Amino acid sequence: MAYGPKIIEHYEKPRNVGAFGTTAEVKTRKDVGVGLVGAPECGDVMQLQIRVNPQTGLIEDAKFKTFGCGSAIASSSLATEWLKGKTLEQAEAIKNTEIVEELSLPPVKIHCSVLAEDAIHAAIKDYQEKNGQAAKPAEQAASH
Amino acid sequence: MSTRQDTIYLDHAATTPCDPRVVEAMIPFFTTAFGNPGSRNHKFGWDAEAGVDKAREQVAALLGADEKEVIFTSGATESNNLAIKGAAYLYEKAPAGSLARGHIITSIIEHKAVLDPCKRLQKEGFDVTFLEPPKDGVITADMVKAALREDTILVSLMWANNEIGTINEIPEIGALCHERGIIFHTDATQWVGKMPTDVEKAQVDLLSFSGHKIYGPKGVGALYVRRRKPRVRLQALADGGGQERGFRSGTLNVTGIVGLGKACEIAMHEMESDAARLIQLRDRVEKAVTSQLDSCQVNGHPTKRLPHITNISFGFVEGEGLMMAIKDIACSSGSACTSASLEPSYVLKGLGVGDELAHSSLRLSMGKWTTAEQVDYATNKIIEAVKRLRDMSPLYDMHKEGIDLSKVEWAHH
Repeated sequence: MAYGPKIIEHYEKPRNVGAFGTTAEVKTRKDVGVGLVGAPECGDVMQLQIRVNPQTGLIEDAKFKTFGCGSAIASSSLATEWLKGKTLEQAEAIKNTEIVEELSLPPVKIHCSVLAEDAIHAAIKDYQEKNGQAAKPAEQAASH
Repeated sequence: MSTRQDTIYLDHAATTPCDPRVVEAMIPFFTTAFGNPGSRNHKFGWDAEAGVDKAREQVAALLGADEKEVIFTSGATESNNLAIKGAAYLYEKAPAGSLARGHIITSIIEHKAVLDPCKRLQKEGFDVTFLEPPKDGVITADMVKAALREDTILVSLMWANNEIGTINEIPEIGALCHERGIIFHTDATQWVGKMPTDVEKAQVDLLSFSGHKIYGPKGVGALYVRRRKPRVRLQALADGGGQERGFRSGTLNVTGIVGLGKACEIAMHEMESDAARLIQLRDRVEKAVTSQLDSCQVNGHPTKRLPHITNISFGFVEGEGLMMAIKDIACSSGSACTSASLEPSYVLKGLGVGDELAHSSLRLSMGKWTTAEQVDYATNKIIEAVKRLRDMSPLYDMHKEGIDLSKVEWAHH
């Protein structure tokens, strides 16, 4: 498959690979939200973690690990870049179509961007649940 | 021959480069000896016929057959179709009081060119058993014996598998079929020219193979059709000029046939030394990979397999991502996972390789001109890629943390 230069660049030099601790550790960290989406048998699993400053409400750091093709890796790498410095509301508003556009994802790879958007939502939801903040109904409705 | 190119070719089970000696043998038949071997009344026809006759001898010699038993075709796919459908239509028999047309035994790890003709016959009223090999991938005579029925008319099993290189118990199965008077066909595309072949010892009735897997040209192959004990008959698939003893009408592909013959002659002399060298290369890859990476496995039987093919599965790495990391290595990926651009391997699935979550597999197949240097480069590149992708893989982390991936509730799409 012929990939665009931005996908290849992210695949070869992915940004923010990593995690804020082991699976058990991040579960107990209230400042970290974890989104784990996809399934091994579908060929894509994305794990996106956000670290939020409780004072400012800003996402100070984001990390990812992805099992998947080059587009899946590039989509999640790009997502971590975009998440940093955003409020949860701003992060929630990131759309998969923006990822498609930025990376010039081919049509067969659009699902990778959808997965990245899902991972963002899942990480935010995890953070909010840990901190007793129910997701706003309006946002939930808007997300799908 | 120089193979110094940007991309290293380790996909010889898909196709091989043509041996320059083969090309050289073919050239006169394009230009000067261009006649139709069917033209019996002039020199051009005779010259072409002489080329075909010589090729027929070369092919027969490699198979341990008589030259009258060699039918030239367009390749292994045509040979398989002619053998399977041609035999089924002629040998069909219904048990008393039944509308069935007879029973055929094959296996789930056959090439599509065997599976699909068998499936067609199934639709047309034949009963087909698809044997499922155990995890080592070897189809044994005992498995065939257990599946035999009163109305079994045909057994079609590959000599060696194209994806994992495992070798089936062909001589034992041949003996079994002959004991029962059942026609036995083998798709020997990956076997012939790589390993010594003797259709008498193996008691094979029909054998398919192609030129381009043995450093010959594409678009040409052969079907061995036994002429005595028993004399095997086939229903031709194409009607026409009655060439190839009526089995295969159509003007002969003289250049291709000459090339196939030459490739067989070369294989006869060189396959033994080639095999010894290829086994070393194969073992070198496997040793390096398995000693430097955890969670990987060599698929198929450890010893009952071809010298030049290795199929290795890597845990916690996705196939397409892996292929992207090793772009300069031409090899084949058999993911057991579903992916947009990589078809899952039904062979690996059949062997249960896909049962463990998140594996991807690479088939590396070496050839006559593959060097140790190339193999080392490819091996290091693969190891590096797997390590890098695992550093990025959440599944590998979970595995190391002792989390059972099969117990995780995944959000399916």
